[in-house]
Amino acid sequence: MYEMLRHFADSYFLIVMLILFIGLSAWPFRPGAREHNHNAAHSIFEDKTDGE
Amino acid sequence: MQAETTLGRAGLWFLVALAAMAAMLGAKDSGFAAHALIVAIIAFGLLIVSVARFDPAASLSGFFKIPQEATRYDDDPVRWAVLATLFWGLAGFLAGLFIALQLVFPELNLEPYLNFGRVRPLHTSAVIFAFGGNALIATSFYVVQRTCRARLALPGMARFVFWGYQVFIVLAATGYLLGITQSKEYAEPEWYVDLWLTIVWVCYLLVFVATIMRRKEPHIYVANWFFLAFIVTVAMLHVVNNLAMPVSLLGARSYSLFAGVQDALTQWWYGHNAVGFFLTAGFLAMMYYFVPKQAERPVYSYRLSIIHFWSLIFLYIWAGPHHLHYTALPDWAQTLGMVFSIMLWMPSWGGMINGLMTLNGAWDKVRTDPIIRMMVMALAFYGMSTFEGPMMSIKAVNSLSHYTDWTIGHVHSGALGWNGMITFACVYYLVPRLWKRKRLYSLRMINWHFWLATLGIVFYAASMWVAGITQGLMWREYGADGYLVNSFADTVAALQPMYLMRAFGGFLYLSGFLIMLYNVWQTLAGRLRDEAPMTETPHDEEADRPVPPTAVPAE
Repeated sequence: MYEMLRHFADSYFLIVMLILFIGLSAWPFRPGAREHNHNAAHSIFEDKTDGE
Repeated sequence: MQAETTLGRAGLWFLVALAAMAAMLGAKDSGFAAHALIVAIIAFGLLIVSVARFDPAASLSGFFKIPQEATRYDDDPVRWAVLATLFWGLAGFLAGLFIALQLVFPELNLEPYLNFGRVRPLHTSAVIFAFGGNALIATSFYVVQRTCRARLALPGMARFVFWGYQVFIVLAATGYLLGITQSKEYAEPEWYVDLWLTIVWVCYLLVFVATIMRRKEPHIYVANWFFLAFIVTVAMLHVVNNLAMPVSLLGARSYSLFAGVQDALTQWWYGHNAVGFFLTAGFLAMMYYFVPKQAERPVYSYRLSIIHFWSLIFLYIWAGPHHLHYTALPDWAQTLGMVFSIMLWMPSWGGMINGLMTLNGAWDKVRTDPIIRMMVMALAFYGMSTFEGPMMSIKAVNSLSHYTDWTIGHVHSGALGWNGMITFACVYYLVPRLWKRKRLYSLRMINWHFWLATLGIVFYAASMWVAGITQGLMWREYGADGYLVNSFADTVAALQPMYLMRAFGGFLYLSGFLIMLYNVWQTLAGRLRDEAPMTETPHDEEADRPVPPTAVPAE
C-alpha cells in the first residue's frame, strides 16, 4: 500500500499538481483578462462608504 | 412563547452545568477537574443570564460605547473581536516580557504554575491564537462583508464563533498553567479542547462561506481567497495533527495516533503550516484589503496577487521537514523541505513587492500617514523574515542555527514585525470606522507606537542574532582531542547580556502597545486630541514665483 501510494505520488499526481499549479498561475494572463483584473482590483473602491 | 424559550434555554444551561459538575467529580486528574469547573461556571453564568432580566451583553456594550443603530453590515462580532485582540495582545505581550526576564533572572521562575516551561506556551498561544486569531476573526468578518457587499450570514453562529473561540483560549491558557499539555509545539491543548476548537472552526468556515455565497459582487476579491485558504487549511492541520486517543473520557491525558518520526513529521507539517496559513495567508488577506484601502489606490498587480496565492498554496505545505534537519527523518524528506522552503522565497517577495508597490505614486503617505508607515514596516519585515527563513532552512546554515536563539529572533522579526505591525495598522484603520468616530483620538500617538515597536524589534532581532550565532559556534567548538570545549552552562552565561537586551526590546514593544490601548480607549470615548498635524507644508512667499527665464544652452 505504502509503495503503491508513494509511486503514485511521485509520478502521476506530481504531474497533475504541476500542471494545475502552472495552469492556475497562468489563468490571470489569459487574453482578455486585463479588464477583469482591473475591475477586480478596483472593486473594493466602488462602495464609497462601506456601510459606515 | 417568550417565557417558554427562556425556560428551555435555562434548562439547557442547567443540564450543561450539571454535566460539567459531574465530570468534575468523576475526573481522573486535577487539571481535567479544573477545566470541568470552568465549564460549569460558564454554563451557570449563562443560566443566570437567561433567567434574570439582567443583560450583561447590553451593559458591556454600553461600557465599550458600542454603537447601537442598525447598519448595513453586521459589525458587532467585528467590534468584539477587535476588543478581544487588544485584550489578549496585552496578556500575550506581558507573558512574553515575563519569560524574557525569567531567562535573565532565573529567580522569576515561580514554581510550579509560573515557571518558564508553563508560561512559554501561554505566551506563544496568547500572541498567535488569541491576539492573532481574534485579529483574523475581526478582519475576515469585516472584509468579507465589504468585498461581497453582503451582510454576514448566520449571525447567531458568527457570535458563537467569537465567544466559542474565547472559551477555547481560556481553556488552553489555564491548561498550560495547570500543566496540561500534549507536548506538541503550538498544538499543546489536550483532546477535549481540540474537539471544542474543531466545532468552533467548522462554524467559522460555515459563516465565511455562507457570506461569500450570498455576495452581490460577481468576483470574489483576492483577500477572501487568502482568508478561505487560512480557514480551510488550519482546519485540516488541526484535525490531523491532533488525532489522539484519550486515556479516559474524564481525564486530560491522551496519546497521539502517530509515533516516533512519523509523529515528529506530522507535528512539523502542522507547525510550519500554522506559520504558513495562520500567520501568513490570513495576514496577507488583511494586507490585500487594508493596504489598498488606506493608500486609496488599487493593489499594484492583481495578477501578481493571484500568482502569490497559488504559489503559497502549492509550496508552503511541503516546507515543514526543515524543522527536522539532521534528525531521524529520512534525508530525502529533509532535502524536500529545504528545497520547497527556498522556492517559497520568490512568491513571498512577490507578495511583499505587490504590497509595497501599491504605494507607487503615493509614497508621500509614508511621511504623512502613520498607518501607512506601519503597513510599510510590516511589509518590510514580511520581506526580511521570508528571506531569513529560506536561508535558515538550508542544511549548512541550519547546522549552525538550529536549536539556537537565532530561530527565536527569526520568529519574532516575523511575528512582531509582520503580524504585529499589520494587525496594529488594521486596528487603527477599523476602530474609528466601527465606532463611528471622525478619526482616531491621536495620529501622533500612532507615530510613537510605530517608533517604539520598531526600535523594540531592532533590539530583539539584533540581540538574538548575536546570541544565536554565539550559541551555535560555542556548541560546535571542539578542542584538539575532539572533546567539546564549552559546557551548556558556559553558553548560557555568555548569552545573559543578550537576553537582557532582548527583554528591553520586548519592553519597548509593549510600551508602544500601551500607547495604542490608550489611544483606542480615548477614541471609543469619543475624544479627539488637539494636536499639530503630522506634517506642515508652510507657504514660502520667496519660493512661490515663476522660475526666472535662464539662458538655455544650445544643443
